[in-house]
Amino acid sequence: MIPELGHFALIIAFAIAIVQSVVPLIGAAKNDAALISIARPAALVQFLFIGLAYAALTHAFIVHDFSVLYVSQHSNMVQPLMYRISGVWGSHEGSLLLWTLILSIWTIAVAVYSRNLPEILMARVLAVMAMISTGFLAFMLFTSNPFERIFPAPLDGNELNPLLQDPGLAIHPPMLYMGYVGFSVAFAFAVAALLGGKLDATWARWSRPWTTIAWSFLTLGIALGSWWAYNELGWGGWWFWDPVENASFMPWLVGTALIHSLASTEKRGVFKSWTVLLAILAFSLSLLGTFIVRSGVLVSVHAFATDPARGVFILAFLVIVVGGSLALYAWRSATVVSYGRFLWFSRESALLLNNIIFLTAAAAVFVGTMYPLVVDAFGIGKISVGRPYFDTMFSLVAIPLLLLIGIGPVVRWKGDNWSRIARVSAIIFITSLVLGLLLPFLIEEKLNVSTGLGLAGALWVALTTFKDLFIRLSQKVRLPLSYIGMIMAHFGVAIFVAGVTVTMTYSEEKDLRMVPGSSYNISGYDFRFQGVRKVQGANYTADEAVIEIWRDNERSGELLPQKRVYSGKGNPMTDASIDKTLFRDLYAALGEELESGAWSMRVYYKPLIRWIWLGCLFMTAGGVLAVSDRRYRQTVKQKFNLKNSVASST
Amino acid sequence: MNKRSRRKVLIIAVLFGVSVATVLGLTAFEENLLYFYSPAQVKAGEAPDNHSFRIGGLVVDGSVKRAPDSLQVEFDVTDNTEIVTVQYTGILPDLFREGQGIVAMGNMQADGKFIAQEVLAKHDENYMPPEVAAALKTAEDAAKNKAGQL
Repeated sequence: MIPELGHFALIIAFAIAIVQSVVPLIGAAKNDAALISIARPAALVQFLFIGLAYAALTHAFIVHDFSVLYVSQHSNMVQPLMYRISGVWGSHEGSLLLWTLILSIWTIAVAVYSRNLPEILMARVLAVMAMISTGFLAFMLFTSNPFERIFPAPLDGNELNPLLQDPGLAIHPPMLYMGYVGFSVAFAFAVAALLGGKLDATWARWSRPWTTIAWSFLTLGIALGSWWAYNELGWGGWWFWDPVENASFMPWLVGTALIHSLASTEKRGVFKSWTVLLAILAFSLSLLGTFIVRSGVLVSVHAFATDPARGVFILAFLVIVVGGSLALYAWRSATVVSYGRFLWFSRESALLLNNIIFLTAAAAVFVGTMYPLVVDAFGIGKISVGRPYFDTMFSLVAIPLLLLIGIGPVVRWKGDNWSRIARVSAIIFITSLVLGLLLPFLIEEKLNVSTGLGLAGALWVALTTFKDLFIRLSQKVRLPLSYIGMIMAHFGVAIFVAGVTVTMTYSEEKDLRMVPGSSYNISGYDFRFQGVRKVQGANYTADEAVIEIWRDNERSGELLPQKRVYSGKGNPMTDASIDKTLFRDLYAALGEELESGAWSMRVYYKPLIRWIWLGCLFMTAGGVLAVSDRRYRQTVKQKFNLKNSVASST
Repeated sequence: MNKRSRRKVLIIAVLFGVSVATVLGLTAFEENLLYFYSPAQVKAGEAPDNHSFRIGGLVVDGSVKRAPDSLQVEFDVTDNTEIVTVQYTGILPDLFREGQGIVAMGNMQADGKFIAQEVLAKHDENYMPPEVAAALKTAEDAAKNKAGQL
């Protein structure tokens, strides 16, 4: 009964979404306040019904209702509660439902927190968001209904993919979707502004905090995904340039360009149409990411052929959203005038250069990810793009980008002169270059230019950021939170780059054949293999290896990597064991049993790998701080004051 | 330099930077494209000798041989028409089993063995790598055609 209620709630939400996408727009066109005022309550009711549907599906998971096909595919009797709840978004149908729920949460947030927006603009924004919602709800109802029943109901279900049974992955998709879907706000603002033909600095001010917070979620989501891959996949890597990862990275790159471009538009009124274009692009890539990950296209382009309804729907939806918004852009952007003037060497130019770099990077990822799909779709051949391509591209992009992060924030708006910047940055530049090149020389006693440049880049960013902060602090003016946020995020980049450089150069990885009692030394740590024992988990059994870590003849820790067999499908799965500290990780993964009691074993020494995620956390925190800036709440207060003064004057 | 020519210099510099990135990117792209070949295609000599590629097929039952004192392992992959021997040193993925569809990345050696740097088996026992599925299908169709001609 409850699944039917859920299904029914989705249908009602769909109907409301249609009303919400049409009526307020008519109201905005006719300037009819009654029609406009429908937008907010519609958004609220839509949210309630989607929430109801979501709760119904979660309920089906919790009470083991295997008569629901989706539940029977992704849960079973022994699955722990936590993974029954997260099982909701473990696969295609449920993740679409989560996506739609998050979209309605963002819509509500806009309706609640942007009360200072002109009603007509608000109506348009909410209508655009409802259009997206309509598309997703239709997709679910017509091709991917999560509430589909199965008869007769199986006694027990399959299970959630064991890989997904990890706390890191349980919260990774919601974070990622908060980011993806958050860009829909920037998109809706852009489209609404194009519809109204009014694109000014206030528009940028309104959409900027939304974009930044979405970006923060996306950053955190990607970092969590990377963290999960490192912990769970047993390969010890943190990024694989896998299409699934790339799908989330492309909107991040464009989103990063967007938050920088919004800064120019808000402060100086420049690059308006460019910023709008970026907002459209960021959200389009988010949609593309959602679909290529969840539609099965990556497994095979021909998944489209086996399930043509889904494929056709996705293509049609993408064409409508991307094509429609671009057409609107082409039609309206000619009327947008950017009035700000700036010299070629100015903050504006620096931010523009930032955009060019990020878009180049996004284009590189796009080509590497989509080209194999296109080639496959046309039946030309089966190809894949090796990771050295991506590595090469990103080291190329990193050099100008890191240089720019050091200079950009200290260059003045409108115009500055080279010699001033050269004077203030020269010492730091030389210091970081020398130190950066010297550090690897001290470690390996030979010149290592690429590592040196990486470290120099990290130092350069850290030092220039700190110096700027220091100067501002000494001026004894209250620093705005948005500035501190920027400093924090840029410092995060420095940490990240240091982590990546050191991990890539100085990691040691070894696949070993070990018999109990044997040991292996890696970077000064002795891995002593004691033996393997059987362990019983909640819904799996495991072989667990006991490895003692010794350093300087002292026992400093223990690693317990497992090879698990889950009760559902009986698939084996590696569960790595990691000894974590801020400066290095020791990592062991258990392979398989070989002859005569030996086991294959993978051991790693990973210096500074934690800095990679730490850097991402700094970036995320920077975004959150920037959004907390008073500036974004002032308009609310001003309006409040206005109301009060009106009240007092009457 | 006056403003206008400075702006020109800036634009030219940016264009230059972007085109350098494009050229380098396309070169790197070209070099790192990995083509997929089935065992039949490899035996027919279609695969390159001096460039990495990917091969895939089913692991032949009873073909997995391990070296006694190292992590070296050899196994045969087949598309049900031809067989290629793959040599790999390291830990095989969790779902590597005889009869399972796998994809390996590496080079052909002069002695006809494929030296793999990486072996992939996906995380689902029902899952067949799409390339392998396609290769098996092609082989099956070819066999059918042959049977039809006889």
